[in-house]
Amino acid sequence: MFFTKDCVAGRVQLIVMLMNTPDETLATAAAAGDRAAFAVLVQRHYDRVFGLAYRLTGLRAEAEDLTQDICAALPAKLQHWRGEARFSTWLYRVVVNAVHDQRRRQATRAKAGIGWGDWEIARKDEIAVQQAAQDWLITAMTQLSPELRDTVALVLGEEMTQAEAGLVLGVSEGTIAWRMSEVKKRLRAMAAEEAI
Amino acid sequence: MTDDLDALKAALRAVPAPDATMKAATLQLAMENYDRHQGLNDALRPNEDRPVKAGFLMGVFIMLTGLKTKTLLVVSTSAAALLLGVFVVMPTLNQGPIIVASKPKITVPVPVDPSPAPKSVADAEADNIDALGEIVPKPVPEPGPQPETAVIDQSNNPAMPPPTNSLARANSSRNRTADMAINDATADPDVAAGATQDMMAAPMAVIAEPAPASAEMVGQDKMAQQPQNTEAFAMAAANPVKITVEQPVSTFSIDVDTASYSVVRSSLNAGFLPDPAAVRIEEMVNYFPYAYPSPDGDQAFLPAISVMQTPWNPNTRLVHIGIQGAMPAMADRPPLNLVFLIDTSGSMDEPNKLPLLQQSLGLMLAQLHPEDQIAIVAYAGTAGLVLPPTKASDRATITAALNALAAGGLTAGAEGLELAYQVAEDMAAAGEVSRVLLATDGDFNVGIDDPQALTAYIAKKRESGVYLSVLGFGRGNLDDATMQALAQNGNGTASYIDTLGEARKVLIDQLTGALYPIANNVKIQIEWNPETVAEYRLIGYETRNLRREDFNNDQVDAGDIGAGTQVTALYEITAPGSPALRSNPLRYGKAASPERTNGELGFLRLRSVLPGASASTLQETAIVSGDTGTDDARFAAAIAGFGQLLSGSTYLGTWGWGQAIDLALSARGRDDFGYRIEAVNLMRLAQSLDVN
Repeated sequence: MFFTKDCVAGRVQLIVMLMNTPDETLATAAAAGDRAAFAVLVQRHYDRVFGLAYRLTGLRAEAEDLTQDICAALPAKLQHWRGEARFSTWLYRVVVNAVHDQRRRQATRAKAGIGWGDWEIARKDEIAVQQAAQDWLITAMTQLSPELRDTVALVLGEEMTQAEAGLVLGVSEGTIAWRMSEVKKRLRAMAAEEAI
Repeated sequence: MTDDLDALKAALRAVPAPDATMKAATLQLAMENYDRHQGLNDALRPNEDRPVKAGFLMGVFIMLTGLKTKTLLVVSTSAAALLLGVFVVMPTLNQGPIIVASKPKITVPVPVDPSPAPKSVADAEADNIDALGEIVPKPVPEPGPQPETAVIDQSNNPAMPPPTNSLARANSSRNRTADMAINDATADPDVAAGATQDMMAAPMAVIAEPAPASAEMVGQDKMAQQPQNTEAFAMAAANPVKITVEQPVSTFSIDVDTASYSVVRSSLNAGFLPDPAAVRIEEMVNYFPYAYPSPDGDQAFLPAISVMQTPWNPNTRLVHIGIQGAMPAMADRPPLNLVFLIDTSGSMDEPNKLPLLQQSLGLMLAQLHPEDQIAIVAYAGTAGLVLPPTKASDRATITAALNALAAGGLTAGAEGLELAYQVAEDMAAAGEVSRVLLATDGDFNVGIDDPQALTAYIAKKRESGVYLSVLGFGRGNLDDATMQALAQNGNGTASYIDTLGEARKVLIDQLTGALYPIANNVKIQIEWNPETVAEYRLIGYETRNLRREDFNNDQVDAGDIGAGTQVTALYEITAPGSPALRSNPLRYGKAASPERTNGELGFLRLRSVLPGASASTLQETAIVSGDTGTDDARFAAAIAGFGQLLSGSTYLGTWGWGQAIDLALSARGRDDFGYRIEAVNLMRLAQSLDVN
């Protein structure tokens, strides 16, 4: 096409420069229309978004889909970026909300299915899923309530502090502390069951 | 314990690497959306007038767009950046709104082509928007060979509504489409956590419309969470049928709790049948007010006995024992010292927990006398005295302290309990009544987490005259077993509050009963007459059974009757020779010795300790046969049937929901507060839920 090599090289250089820019600056620039900043930002955070989505859902395919949805909607989301939190916190919140949304949709579907007499099908699906999920992590995670799972994914999976996790989930630090102690309690109960 | 956490952490840290192809596609999609979004933002500028001569420029634009959609597939991101430049520059050159106006059409109306043509970016975009929001209007797909053609056709089509004025709206709805894909929550920090937000909005519903709204709300929560809770219920196996010759004496402690009925109601309203272990029939029966005859003079309470045919079995009879406590004049009641011990742990951070609790206690304040005193102790992480003892007349201070409570932290129930008792003891003066009102979701997970030690502590404090009542809130975490144990040992009542309506019933209508005991350690012992009763069965009271010898032992604690309250107990009895007998007579057993019984069915002994007294007093009444089922007795029977249906009792035969509903309806009586009709509706709900 019409581009010269120089032009491309110049862009590459710009992107390299942007690589060292903090997330928050990039996000603000991207929200203001800086395309290169946006490119770097998505590139930089894709793996992290995927990782959290995976920890929250426990299913690779679902995590990929969610990550795609999130990245696709990120340009629109960025309009709400106010630079009031760290970008990673903000992004985690976006991911958590996307997962919550997904869960709600699934719950609605499951309910609708039951309403139409598909209960048996739903049940069989569930059995199949449970059989596939034999590994300890999934067993452990599925025994936790969605709130506890979210908390564990952030605190243990993402190695966040309780305060950060509280920011992401929109609850107080104390609630996170309580939830973590609850998780310990469940794990202890699980271990006790296994021991029997 | 830490090992478990470490294992979980290690497992969680190991995330599979994202799929590279997927990643590339997603990143490209993101860039693509970014470009479009920037374009949309331009469109949002308030340029609403559509230029007159749009045709030519439109054509140019569409040409460029075609170029863009094609090239983007193959050209690197920098090429797209240049095209973006065109987008941005064009408006200033050529009266931008044209471009803007045509913009939504470029992607929106592209038909999702079912043909397996190579997917253009435009297609991918359209698909994407579909996948995200599902709000994108889809025109009737034209059988256009190429998406590009479709775009041109449609944008040139004069029949298309002119997108001028509606443009901003269209765009903003597009924006929303993308937003809603992820949930609008991030827009505003207050709205940050979608789920939490929803939950926080809900207390309004609870307040505005007590029963149905909150029930529905709780229901939605539970739908998702139902299998994953840590609720623990105190339940022994159902009382079996006993053979009178072998065990003529039945002994139990009365139970004035009503928590079980509220728990059952909250489950049913949430759309699922309650855990059979959550069903305590006596608490369901005792939930309802009955019009039993009042005791005269200085009698503390009066038992009323009636015998009628058992609704679910024509060959047995139901003995209904109703005990009515005396109602002292409340105007000159002694001053009351109340210590609210409020759980503000993280788990209380739900609309049907702490906010409902604050509302409920607020309601109660109006009922207190000016000289009564209130103190508030909160426990969460570290227990603290939130409100030092304050006269009830200073309602503003109390309300402010109550409303300032916020959830967060670990539950240190035991520590808070110690402080609450200490405060209560300090407040107590001669002739005053002191109570600790523990409001919690029942989770004691720090400190003395051994329920035995906790109940032992409460039992000891009971001797000091400070009683403990428990108010349960919320579901999912409800440790009914602990609550039950605490209230039983603290001489108080355990109630479960799921709606503001229930709070009113417990804290206003029954305030005096819950707070002023008129008889302590009330035990019931019935000796059945083997001549007239071959088998008997106590319905409910499984957690209240006492040993026969405990009846005369005042050291053994039992339930208390509060001012003006009623307690009901039901026995199902079978006469000798009845076809309903469940066990065969012993071939080698002794024949029952006929004595002077005058056809008595049994003999009721009631033992209780009057407040301030140290020794118990005994009341005795003979149970004689009769067919005098009052409305109250029949309604209690219907509720007992309800409870047995819920707990899967084996004694009901073919008697089912329909009969229970009919019986309850026919025995509704005056039902001034609508509690009975509410129960009927719950039965109907249970009937529907029980089909599968």
